[in-house]
Amino acid sequence: MNISPPMLASTPAKRGWLHLIGWSMALAVLAWAWQGAEMQPSALMTNAGNMTELAGDFFPPRFGNLELYIELMLVTVQIAIWGTLLAVAFAIPCSLLSSENLVPWWVYQPMRRLMDACRAINELVFAMLFVVAVGLGPFAGTLALFVHTTGVLAKLFSEAVEASEAGPMEGVRVTGAGRLEEIVFGLIPQVLPLWISVSLYRFESNIRSATVLGMVGGGGIGVALWETMRGFQYAETATIMLVIIIAVTLLDMLSQTVRKRFI
Amino acid sequence: MSIANIAVERLNKAFGQRTVLEDIAFEIRAGEMVALIGPSGSGKSTLLRHLVGLTIANRQTGGRVTVMQHDIQCDGRLIRRSRAERCRTGYIFQQFNLVGRLSVMTNVLIGRLGSMPRWRALLGRFSEEERSQARHALARVGLGELAGQRANTLSGGQMQRVAIARALVQDADIIYADEPIASLDPRSAREVMDILKRINAEDGRTVLVTLHQVEYARRYCLRTIALKQGRLYHDGPTAELTDARLQALYDNADLDEMHDASAPNDSPVALGAAG
Repeated sequence: MNISPPMLASTPAKRGWLHLIGWSMALAVLAWAWQGAEMQPSALMTNAGNMTELAGDFFPPRFGNLELYIELMLVTVQIAIWGTLLAVAFAIPCSLLSSENLVPWWVYQPMRRLMDACRAINELVFAMLFVVAVGLGPFAGTLALFVHTTGVLAKLFSEAVEASEAGPMEGVRVTGAGRLEEIVFGLIPQVLPLWISVSLYRFESNIRSATVLGMVGGGGIGVALWETMRGFQYAETATIMLVIIIAVTLLDMLSQTVRKRFI
Repeated sequence: MSIANIAVERLNKAFGQRTVLEDIAFEIRAGEMVALIGPSGSGKSTLLRHLVGLTIANRQTGGRVTVMQHDIQCDGRLIRRSRAERCRTGYIFQQFNLVGRLSVMTNVLIGRLGSMPRWRALLGRFSEEERSQARHALARVGLGELAGQRANTLSGGQMQRVAIARALVQDADIIYADEPIASLDPRSAREVMDILKRINAEDGRTVLVTLHQVEYARRYCLRTIALKQGRLYHDGPTAELTDARLQALYDNADLDEMHDASAPNDSPVALGAAG
């Protein structure tokens, strides 16, 4: 019927070799990375005593400053809210300008590279830069989240735009509507569910990112986390970690319930 | 109104090496209902897309499309037109091209976007008058009950009627329909054609409709333009398209295509044959 059986019959030997080469390359990469990462599982055994002592310092957690930590956690959530919201607002135009079905290459190529740059640099690095620019505090953290998240969301948004159907947009265009109306009525309804879902997911991960921004002066609970760890007050650190875990879990659950409504 | 509502001169189009349209020229008067037929691949959809500027003709061939005294394209260049001019032609697609997640009502209101002030259009702030126009148009295509429903919950025939309602609220002078019934069952196809015929007869709109079933052309359109391999094969009264001429038109094509299974067969009314 077709030509595939004889082709398959002739290849097992060749495929065997390819498999062997593939596996040995994968193993070589793993070995190479093992060296670079200075993996030493034995250290876990030899330093076991140290580690149990350290773990012991965390218990029992001290709840004396709980109120302060909850307040700082709320600041962290506030940073994540505004960081994400600003990012969504900017990612919408940036994503449209980096979609090849909407704009010519000389618009989407530079825009994509700019978004790549926003994405490539970690929030912490941006936070350190913004601390210099706007001073210590939550605003620097918010700006850091905003810039990085804009890069991430613009890419995810534009992927949704490029996967959308052209038909509805043509349908709007031929009624005599302008280019912007074509986008608002023909395109946005198609991509909105995915955009909302992706934005909420980024909000979840921004809350997690925001918990460490304070370590470099970006405000929120990270400040307390850093201070207690540097002061070896591990019982306090344990309380902060508990606050973070509970807050992140609750907000993840909340965001997931909202997200499910849009898929 | 002028004599020639639509005028096409020396239209040539090639996609890469493949010639799709060759030296097409014709005129359509205001108020006519014309069928555009031909085997698949004969270029009829491409021709229709040229008339609204969705596709641009080859350069340096002097091709020109004029609609209501305004050039749409000239020698392979799209002419910029104001929104007010563009919304005077409506277009109906084989695949309906509705926005599935919007309500039927909003889909119809989209037809008003071109004639609204910009800020209201972008915010989707439709006036009560526009809404009543949309409701009226939906009632005319027999879908008044479904205004609140999402467009993607409708059947094919219903979607096409929503698309017609969208063209109706545009208050377009010309309605182009690109294979409007090709994806529909025979009953829905007749309903859609009946509505188009009514718009033509009652409102005096010019209607140009591509069809691949000759029976529908014979029944609904006095005049037929036929394309064969990108060239004008016939332009005149549908009655002059005798079976022998049709045989020659569908010569190289699948013979079944000419008498498609979903052709109308119930009532003996033959509007086309009367001409």
